Amino acid sequence: MARAATITGAPLSLRVRNFVFSGQFVRGSLAVLGFFVIWQAGSMGLLPFMHAIPTPITVAQAFWEFMHTAKYWQSWLDSTLRVMYGFVAAQLLGIPLGLGMGWNRNFKDFSYPLFELMRPIPPLAWVPVSILFWPTNEISIAFITFIGAFFTIVVNVLGGVSAIPRQLVNAAVSFGASPKQVFWRIVLPATIPSIVTGMMVGIGITWNVVIAAEMIAGNTGLGRLTWEAYLASHTPGIIVGMISIGLAGYVSSMAVKMIGDWLMPWKKIF
Amino acid sequence: MGNNGSKNGHGQDKGELVIENVTRVFRLPGAPSCTALQECSLTVERGKLTVLVGPSGCGKSTLANIAAGYDHPDSGRVLIDGRPVTGSGRDRIMVFQETALWPWMTVLKNATFGPTMLGEMSRSDAEDKAMVLLEKVGLKDFKDKYPAQLSGGMQRRAELCRALVMNPKVMILDEPFRGLDVMTRELMQEYLLKLFQQTGLTMLFITSEIEEALFLADRIMVMTNLPGTVKTTVETDLPRPRDYQVLATERYRQIKSQVMESLYEEGAKIFQRLDGIQDLLGNCQASSQP
Repeated sequence: MARAATITGAPLSLRVRNFVFSGQFVRGSLAVLGFFVIWQAGSMGLLPFMHAIPTPITVAQAFWEFMHTAKYWQSWLDSTLRVMYGFVAAQLLGIPLGLGMGWNRNFKDFSYPLFELMRPIPPLAWVPVSILFWPTNEISIAFITFIGAFFTIVVNVLGGVSAIPRQLVNAAVSFGASPKQVFWRIVLPATIPSIVTGMMVGIGITWNVVIAAEMIAGNTGLGRLTWEAYLASHTPGIIVGMISIGLAGYVSSMAVKMIGDWLMPWKKIF
Repeated sequence: MGNNGSKNGHGQDKGELVIENVTRVFRLPGAPSCTALQECSLTVERGKLTVLVGPSGCGKSTLANIAAGYDHPDSGRVLIDGRPVTGSGRDRIMVFQETALWPWMTVLKNATFGPTMLGEMSRSDAEDKAMVLLEKVGLKDFKDKYPAQLSGGMQRRAELCRALVMNPKVMILDEPFRGLDVMTRELMQEYLLKLFQQTGLTMLFITSEIEEALFLADRIMVMTNLPGTVKTTVETDLPRPRDYQVLATERYRQIKSQVMESLYEEGAKIFQRLDGIQDLLGNCQASSQP
């Protein structure tokens, strides 16, 4: 019932209400709530090693204070923009590269070894060289973020193209489709699920990477915010930073998932 | 169905498919080469439904792939109406074992993909034509569904429609109903016969089921086991239109036993070969004992 209403274009208020009362939402909320209960118990000294952690209530107060500073929201904006630049650039370059490698044998032979040499280098290992290379720290961080998402999307797209069932292409060829038509009308749509998977994995990695890069090289952003709280021994601030990062990643994943659902109406059935 | 808006009428579109001395050897590095087809020749007559039966793994699908142009023979040729063909083309549409419907297109989009892509028909003409066919196989109300929303039998019917919209000269069906349950399979066979009788298309139907072959065929060709060639040809002169009454007739039993005899000889060869392997294995085990 709830699921049906989310699909059939019911009014938003009804969809929200159905979702809130759905088992899915209740189960998810239970886990989050349970987490806070255990945390509260731990910081009250009921669990070992956790006495140094501020209670959820202290953190909530710190959160409230943070939310009234311009710096906090500026951190959100800065980190989000870096993620966006890196992520979008990775898709713009990575999707065509993956498709090209999957579609053209010679191009794959040409580019694959270099690609596989670069791929194991962790994004953070690129920090020193990108600081030296790029004119501003801002570009450096966006570049490192780009690295985080780029290899993932290429690997996924390449895998997706290689896994297209042969008969889907054969059928189009025997209907008289030119190679160009096969590419645009068969290969590309058949690869969309892999593209979306690559995007889902990639958006998570970009948030991991951007936070780490900000701690090393940044002057702003949610990573820097967390790091500064640490340097100031402001423990509730550290946790506010962490929760904010978690929220940012969650919202981004949801956004990517919505794009995925929109790109794949045939997956969203029943 | 030839007059439902198609620009090139149907009657003259029927083709004759000839396979001439086709040999196909698969060579894999580090393995003994496998001769799938050896000097294999057969003629699929214009407007006839020819069924190729053979034990599984005898090279039937290799033959189908070569006929459709997805694979190339090492020697020999494929002719349509006396004209040699290489590569695949819309004159020979193949319906596969596994569903080959494009999952991101609705049933109707699948069915109209060919003509609209080629720019031969306007979208609305192609849709009209596809709808006539979809209605015939009971899929009219499912035109806007995606393939994953259909049952196995419906998918096969949608695929038949998609192939027929292309006005092929020859339709090649490679075990298209394998994996369907018995009921659905029988229904599909009836749908296929209905379409065959209405279109009069030349069809090459490949199966490993004798009953299916007998029910559908004008002519049955039994294939030998690897290397594959046509072993016997049996004319299935059962009256059309056929229904399941035909299974009870004396003529049906005669033809069946004729085909079975030929087929079981081939089947037995596989088992003899397997027995040989068993003996080998037995010897190995015996010699490895201290």
